Amino acid sequence: MTYTNSELMVVSAARELTDDDSVLVGIGMPNLACNVAKRTHAPGLQMTYESGTIGSNPESPPLSIGDPGLASGALSIEPMTNSFNYYLQANRLDVGFLGGAQIDKHGNINSTVIGDYDDPIVRLPGSGGACEIACHVDRTLVVTPHSERRFPEEVDFITSPGFVGGREGRRELGLEGGPEAIITDLAVCRFDEAGEMYVDSLHPEATREEVRENTGWEIAFADDVKTTPEPDEEELRIIREDLDPDGQYTGRSE
Amino acid sequence: MTNVTTMADAVSDGVADGDQVYLAGFTHLIPFAAGHEMIRQGLRDLDLVRATPDLIYDQMIAAGCASKVTFSWAGNPGVGSLPAFRRAAEESVPTEIELEEYTHFGMIAALQAGASNLPFAPLRGFIGSDLPEHNENIARVESPFDDDYVYAVAPIEPDVTVVRAQRADESGNAHLWGIQGEQKIAALAADTVILTVEELCSEETIRSDPNRTLLTGDDVDYVVEDPYGSHPSYAQGYYGRDNEAYIEWAEIASDVDRVEAWLDEWVYDVDDRREYVEKLGASQLLELEPESDFATPVDMGRY
Repeated sequence: MTYTNSELMVVSAARELTDDDSVLVGIGMPNLACNVAKRTHAPGLQMTYESGTIGSNPESPPLSIGDPGLASGALSIEPMTNSFNYYLQANRLDVGFLGGAQIDKHGNINSTVIGDYDDPIVRLPGSGGACEIACHVDRTLVVTPHSERRFPEEVDFITSPGFVGGREGRRELGLEGGPEAIITDLAVCRFDEAGEMYVDSLHPEATREEVRENTGWEIAFADDVKTTPEPDEEELRIIREDLDPDGQYTGRSE
Repeated sequence: MTNVTTMADAVSDGVADGDQVYLAGFTHLIPFAAGHEMIRQGLRDLDLVRATPDLIYDQMIAAGCASKVTFSWAGNPGVGSLPAFRRAAEESVPTEIELEEYTHFGMIAALQAGASNLPFAPLRGFIGSDLPEHNENIARVESPFDDDYVYAVAPIEPDVTVVRAQRADESGNAHLWGIQGEQKIAALAADTVILTVEELCSEETIRSDPNRTLLTGDDVDYVVEDPYGSHPSYAQGYYGRDNEAYIEWAEIASDVDRVEAWLDEWVYDVDDRREYVEKLGASQLLELEPESDFATPVDMGRY
């Protein structure tokens, strides 16, 4: 069976979600992952979006988190004061998806600047709700391409805390939860007892050398590194026929 | 006293150079027509404040209206970055802009402090982030009751907030449905409120469904009826997002000359939103029109 790297990433992310989870969805691949999960093994998955729509069920991929398809048919639409206060800050959400330009070995994420804050080389969009998501959900997931530029040993700027300087560092700040999985086009990475990222499973076509070359530090591999399970027919059908028919997010048009 | 007027008059009466201006709308009901009017009137040195600066702020920055942007996420939603914002932040073109940066919740909490007349608002945000080091309006405070701590943000109280809703009566009592975002607190935090709507309705319509009311007229200074005033963003039930415009802007805005030509064609050479809509054309607008999908009516009872 043939599939793209993006399809494998979407399906791998979908499999991180369970039927009982409430998830703060992001646009693009996270949205596809949540919808694949909901249409396969996790029909009870509750999808909430940063725009305050709770229990959204979009029929087609939203163009932005403000898409009307997220509002129509939702269970509730909360103003931002409520969604951030009562839902996110009060730990009512289990899982959140995060993205950024850089992710470091402790799972800290930078979506603010490349270079110096006051004299940036690249000015990125900033936190939005990402910092709060990273602080307040139980488990954060990241879906991102694997490259040395994206995986420096230390990020230029911490927008959204992972394990900060390690699991202990996060605990000292009074934060629970933390990053659970980083899903790339080469591997699925997780975090060890110290809060450092390691390779848990390699994708079928990927090698250890590729992962090493594309990571900005000496990344560790699990003793029993697995091979990431491939997408099944039904998952691919849902992506190709229902969720991303134009291949906009999963790159089949390339 | 609420004044039913045109966007040109609301902006010339209500907004001055140097003002802190909040064009509200969390990716929904974005007041594009108000922003274009501010560009046309040549406003300068504005502090453009908003959780999600998107195309309209990029256009205002490109036109030289801004000396500061106060924000929590600056991007073209679902498409990418904002080229004019980046040029200003990275290269000071066309003007240098100061940035005051928050997270979404930090921004909302600051508006909440402004709207509720408090010296600050607490939140469990910014923890573990580098942002507080770069914004003097964010401070760590210890709990007066135990050994817990939170962050506090100073109030944001815009000189002018522009909010957009689907309908309002002539007194400025407004109904909004769909994504509510920060519309209400951004308005309540401000000195002057310009309300712009898809259509005017009767007070009876508002009173038939008070749960849907975003703002009452007491807090509104100007009411402007400006159909399609949110194009190319969306207005739930009226039109969808003109996604091509968002994608095109990414290309146009990356080239300073093309930005100038675009501003000439769609802002400076256009008198008002009515002319903009005519120029856009009926077929374009019809394509954005959703099918009807009415909410079930509720029985409020007669008492």
